[in-house]
Amino acid sequence: MMGRLPIAKMFAATIVLTVLISVVMVPINWNGQGASTAAPKIDTLLDVMIVLSAFVFSLVMVMLFYALWKFKAKPGDESDGEPIHGNTRLEVAWTLIPTIIVLFGGAYSWAVLNDIEEPAKDPITVDVFSQQFAWSFGYPGKGNAYSEGELHVPLDRQVHFKMHALDVLHSFWVPEWRIKKDNVPGITTTAIVTPDKLGTYQLICTELCGFGHSAMRATVVVETPADFRKWVTGLKEKIPPPYLETIRQDTETDPIPLGAGGG
Amino acid sequence: MAAAIKQPGWIRGLLGAVLAAAFGVGLVVVLRDISGLPIWQTEQTGYPHVVVPLITGPLGFLAGFGCFDYWLRWAVGMPTIPDDHSQHGAKSWRDYFRFNTDHKVIGIQYIVTTFFFFFIGGLLAMLIRAELAQPGTQIVDASTFNGLFSTHAVLMIFVFVIPVFAGIANYVLPLMIGAPDMAFPRLNALSFWMLPLAGLLFIGSYLAPGGAFDAGWTGYAPLSTGAPLGQSFFNLGVQFAGASSIATALNFLVTIITMRAPGMTFWRMPLLVWANLSTSLLVVAATPFIAGAQFMVLFDRALGTQFFEPLGGGDVISYQHIFWFYSHPAVYIMMLPGFGIISEVISTHARKPIFGYRLMALALIGIVVLSYSVWAHHMFVAGMFSWLRVPMMITTLLIAVPTGIKIFSWLGTLYFGKIHTYSTAMLFSLAFIVTFTIGGISGVMLGMVPIDIHVSDTYFIVAHIHFVLFGGSVFTIFAGIYHWFPKMTGRMYDEKLGRVHFWGTVIGTWGTFIPMHWVGMDGMPRRVADYAEQFGNWNLLISCFAFMLGACQLVFLYNMVVSWRYGPRADGNPWRAKTIEWQVSSPPPIFNFDEIPRVVGGPYEFGVPGARHAIMAGEGDQVAKPEPTVVSQA
Repeated sequence: MMGRLPIAKMFAATIVLTVLISVVMVPINWNGQGASTAAPKIDTLLDVMIVLSAFVFSLVMVMLFYALWKFKAKPGDESDGEPIHGNTRLEVAWTLIPTIIVLFGGAYSWAVLNDIEEPAKDPITVDVFSQQFAWSFGYPGKGNAYSEGELHVPLDRQVHFKMHALDVLHSFWVPEWRIKKDNVPGITTTAIVTPDKLGTYQLICTELCGFGHSAMRATVVVETPADFRKWVTGLKEKIPPPYLETIRQDTETDPIPLGAGGG
Repeated sequence: MAAAIKQPGWIRGLLGAVLAAAFGVGLVVVLRDISGLPIWQTEQTGYPHVVVPLITGPLGFLAGFGCFDYWLRWAVGMPTIPDDHSQHGAKSWRDYFRFNTDHKVIGIQYIVTTFFFFFIGGLLAMLIRAELAQPGTQIVDASTFNGLFSTHAVLMIFVFVIPVFAGIANYVLPLMIGAPDMAFPRLNALSFWMLPLAGLLFIGSYLAPGGAFDAGWTGYAPLSTGAPLGQSFFNLGVQFAGASSIATALNFLVTIITMRAPGMTFWRMPLLVWANLSTSLLVVAATPFIAGAQFMVLFDRALGTQFFEPLGGGDVISYQHIFWFYSHPAVYIMMLPGFGIISEVISTHARKPIFGYRLMALALIGIVVLSYSVWAHHMFVAGMFSWLRVPMMITTLLIAVPTGIKIFSWLGTLYFGKIHTYSTAMLFSLAFIVTFTIGGISGVMLGMVPIDIHVSDTYFIVAHIHFVLFGGSVFTIFAGIYHWFPKMTGRMYDEKLGRVHFWGTVIGTWGTFIPMHWVGMDGMPRRVADYAEQFGNWNLLISCFAFMLGACQLVFLYNMVVSWRYGPRADGNPWRAKTIEWQVSSPPPIFNFDEIPRVVGGPYEFGVPGARHAIMAGEGDQVAKPEPTVVSQA
């Protein structure tokens, strides 16, 4: 059966189509600007997956359109096709090859996950408070410095965000950092980010939280460590006592993500 | 009048609804009074005076309508009325509006009802796209917008995609296995009549103070536990839709296992039957989880339990675990029956046996087993214990393997066939392979934790679910409706209009949902009434395609309605298919078969000289003994 098909030509067509799709799609910066150490790793994973997906998609398209071109019934032809019920070798192949592809993808993703969540030696910890429909932040050091609607973090230093939701679920997402984590009432959740580009970004709430959801944004400023220290020192407000109470009450179910060194 | 009240039917049904609702209100009043609570107090989210009648009223309707008459008589020891088959079959359109036990009538009741909700859900989608065509707020405010996308999703999922498959299978499956009806015809009728009640509860939530439920179709706590009254309509609607789903699945399981025609071994069942067997296994075991989750939310709201209230010892994330333990299998509940339809259509129109039939059936079972072990991939960023992410990622990626087997087997079926593309059903099946491959690919990407962390809860998700649910499930539904339309109505539909509908739908689907991937990756979150200026042009384009997609569904509606009334007569087997439902007249006789057929071979023996799938009544001795099937190995 296989002998009667132009396998080499079909395979060549699949490769050509894969290359064409990859050449168009890989250079596009789908996820937008990157501004953390995790961003290039996730973007590279995405590019590898685009190439693998382009291959699978091309294979299906070549198989489909070749069949439609070659085996389309002539007008008036009422006869049946050939009574082929299967081919064990082919069926084993299209079970095993995709298994290998997805397991490769899984292993690669696992490695990337471990990498981006690897805790650094000297992280700083920033508390995040979310409520309908605003963000606020508490900074380390004496005095519980606190800011509303504007988050500042130092450049090139790992930040551990300890997050607390005061009413319903919210989710912390800075697209340029490629990092997202839900804020959950009752527990402390953690996100790990190492910003590596100076600039001003937007923090977006990505968990539906009510009528103000689409407007629940905050400004994120990544600045030099010196500017950051100056900014924190200049903060007048303190973390309000009820928020400190929330920090105390929330259980920390998952202090360091598993990705981190197998913890 | 007195006779009308005694007879099961609409009058007694409506009366039952009113009386039972009044009883519900009375119960609340009495219980509150003896508990020492103010009788009429309506707490912000509780509203027991509404919630309890919403449970008793529909049950009263079902009782009055006659859904329980036979069982109640039997249960209390009254003489049961001997079944004279007066509740069976349809002689006029009025019989479709009665408690009817004929699986063919129930199938059509299901399909028409679910398409009614499909068009309402579609209208809501048009409103959503109108609001999103430009950044800023134009036609609805943010609260209304949240209600729009919540009700859109809930109508489409719970009262369109899931039950429409039950409707198609209700009609086709008993015929396919050579059974005179489903195993439990009265339960079948009850299952159907719970469905419009669920739909009415969902739509009725728009009348509730505070508006329709607006916490998304996922109804995550604690947003849902603190939401206005509309949320309770959702909690209860899901119970009716879920009970309907479970009862139908039980019915399918018993029917498939016990009522196959003699000779139809498991390995001779058409793949649609395999698909519904697998789906039913998912429904009976998974659906109780969403019923439980919604009851817990309802109890938190109305009774002050604190399942999801951390200050009362509750656990917020547990809602998501319970919810997705149903709702991930649910995506396969919404896809496996479609796989079955595609297998029937492709084999018939390629005039070829299914390539790798046994592996196709095993792949379905593989999906059933794996689908119970992937639920937490919806929760990679939810803040759950993070060790669960990697195992769930691996199972999620592995589930692509049986799905891939199905895609490759359909392609293999086309090879060395005689492919006919004149039927709209075949066009939708071929387009399904393309769109579903894309939906599968984006699904594999979402399965990878690092990618998911970035795109979770963005428009990438919206794009993915619409590619698998619209480009996937709904394409298979259209394929199924076109394929069995001649069987159900005895008339042919218009292929020209079918092609207009097909091309409009394919172009509309791609134009609407492909760009959503891009804006999502680039930073546009989902479920927002307003978005950043930079996404304005893409959203305008998406909305234009969405309106086109919506408009072509009207072509489909026109084609179906007009062809049903005026289409040219169809003969018993217009597609020259092999399975049993095509060997009887169109529409089939009231009890399906004069004599139960005998199954003597596989369901797709195209091109095998002398092979038969089934021997029908009256042709028993004239048919030569079939040649043993030769499995070609090339």
